[in-house]
Amino acid sequence: MAVGLLKKALPRLGSAVPAWPGVRCMTSRLYGTVAAQTQIHQPDDSVGSDKILTEPLKHPDFFHLSELFSLKDLFDARVHLGHKIGCRHRLMEQYLFGCRLEQDILDLDQTMEHLQQALNFTAHVAYHRGIILFVSRNRQFTHLIESMARDCGEYAHCRYWQGGLLTNANVQYGKGVRLPDLIVFLSTLNNVFQQHVAVRDAAKMNIPTVGIVDSNCNPSLLTYPVPGNDDSSPAVELYCRLFRMTINRAKDKRKQMEILYGLKSQND
Amino acid sequence: MSKMAASSGRVLLKSFVQGCCGCYSVILPSIARNVILQKPAVTVLARLVCTSSTLQRKNIAAAGPEKYTQEFIKKQIEEFNIGKRHLANMMGEDPETFTQEGIDRAIAYLFPSGLFEKRARPVMKHPDEIFPKQRAVQWGEDGRPFHFLFYTGKQSYYSLMHDTFGKFLDIYKYQYGMRAEGLFSQDTKQVNLIGSRWMIKEELEEILVQPISDHDCLRFIQLLERILALPYCSIEEEYIQRFRRALEVQSKKQKIEPLQYDENEVAFSIGEGRRKTATATATVRDNGSGNITVNGVDYLLYFPVLQDREQLMFPFQFLDRLGKHDMECKVTGGGRSAQAGAIRLATARALLSFITENEVESMRQAGLLTPDPRVKERQKPGQEGARRKFTWNKR
Repeated sequence: MAVGLLKKALPRLGSAVPAWPGVRCMTSRLYGTVAAQTQIHQPDDSVGSDKILTEPLKHPDFFHLSELFSLKDLFDARVHLGHKIGCRHRLMEQYLFGCRLEQDILDLDQTMEHLQQALNFTAHVAYHRGIILFVSRNRQFTHLIESMARDCGEYAHCRYWQGGLLTNANVQYGKGVRLPDLIVFLSTLNNVFQQHVAVRDAAKMNIPTVGIVDSNCNPSLLTYPVPGNDDSSPAVELYCRLFRMTINRAKDKRKQMEILYGLKSQND
Repeated sequence: MSKMAASSGRVLLKSFVQGCCGCYSVILPSIARNVILQKPAVTVLARLVCTSSTLQRKNIAAAGPEKYTQEFIKKQIEEFNIGKRHLANMMGEDPETFTQEGIDRAIAYLFPSGLFEKRARPVMKHPDEIFPKQRAVQWGEDGRPFHFLFYTGKQSYYSLMHDTFGKFLDIYKYQYGMRAEGLFSQDTKQVNLIGSRWMIKEELEEILVQPISDHDCLRFIQLLERILALPYCSIEEEYIQRFRRALEVQSKKQKIEPLQYDENEVAFSIGEGRRKTATATATVRDNGSGNITVNGVDYLLYFPVLQDREQLMFPFQFLDRLGKHDMECKVTGGGRSAQAGAIRLATARALLSFITENEVESMRQAGLLTPDPRVKERQKPGQEGARRKFTWNKR
């Protein structure tokens, strides 16, 4: 359509303007929308690599992460304990089971579902060789989280967050830096009990986030919030163990799939 | 798709109109947007945009310091080595053992320069000294950074903090283990901190190859102090000593003349001292009885004021050697107080040969060996004296 308009407007260019293949007739009735050009789908040369990428997406729990944790494990690690009523955030009321002696108790059934989804997503990101960044500003667990990240082969940032780390990355790190593909928050608050800047910055830079939200946190900007305790050491140790095991599983699975489908395509 | 149409149209027009100093037509998005079908007749808005070469010029200042690639630096090093051998041949020296000093001499000979600014003269040095060090790229081909703390921005500093805290935790766990076994005791071997100081910010920056702030340095030193507060800190003594620097011992800087012996085998020593414009030379002899002669005259006659005589006596009194030495001195210049001070310094320096190192250190701390740097301040133009201004007149 625009081709025709262009030809009318500038007739001397009529011969110069090519006709693009795949230009659809614009049938949308909305003013101001631009129709996307249809992609001519190129079939993958190697069926193997296609299989490696699409196979995990066909199963709901490809990495069998539900066997890593149970409700009793969460209970023993005191994941269900929240803060006092005065610290409660309005948006966390949906995740609360109740309140006992002025302390909020989180609903572990909901936590199980959310944790399953979050771990599944983390595993898929690790499977696709994404960069995972662990963020927490709780100084008690800085060493633990950094060691865990180093063991997985992923990255951690449990220190003072400088302003433009995500939004001004080319200046902060150098040109051509690759930003994290997933940010995992083991505590979404910073030392002054305000929301960590990285939550907002990740949303600005379209980076998916997984976050452990306590009863005083805001779960709205996170892609995969997981209601749970972020202050007790057994709880945080449990989360670290779970994330480490998921990432290792995902990476091992990737290697297995590469060997499997690599051999298969060689055989074919 | 329609945006693509606009951009290609722009490109084509530009190629038509390129000649005249960068003017080109821009097709505004109004026709690119799909004004569909209801009113197909749309006015074309083509605006002539003129740019000049000044606007299109790159902002050189914003690009930052010039970046050199690894191949460039390697090539420069090869050229430097070849040039060094040529230079050695030219100067008739052995190319194998040609040092940097030889290069400097050769360059100064071959390219004599009358420029006053030393940094503007021709120089031939190893490329590592000329080209500033660049940080190598921190990530691999797939974009994944090498260091697990890369995204913090200060990876070497934070990894140092991480390792140090790891050591702290190790000591704590060891202590816990000892307590569990019942072998815990407070009196364990302590780390020796005497004669050394903590590293300063500049030295830390050198180690980390990365700029840090004063606050960061302070935090690191505090963490090390915390480790030292634990009873079993001697486990990580080697790690901690890496961050301490030895203090220079001040007393070793004093030059002590050896004792001389005259014909009666009496030990004597000579010292020199200055104060304001007075210079004094003192000869202190052993086995004496406290006689002091100044310019051939007894000190009681030369210095009628008690204060000056106390100045003469002070070095002997400090060392408890009041009646044990004889002193003979010559002094010129200055006033009475300056001459007294000059003789005092000369005496103290002469006495250094007679005493032990600890006494030398105590004399240094008492200030007997420090020459007084105060001299008369010069008068400035527009003022009556050094500080006094002329009388202020309202009119």
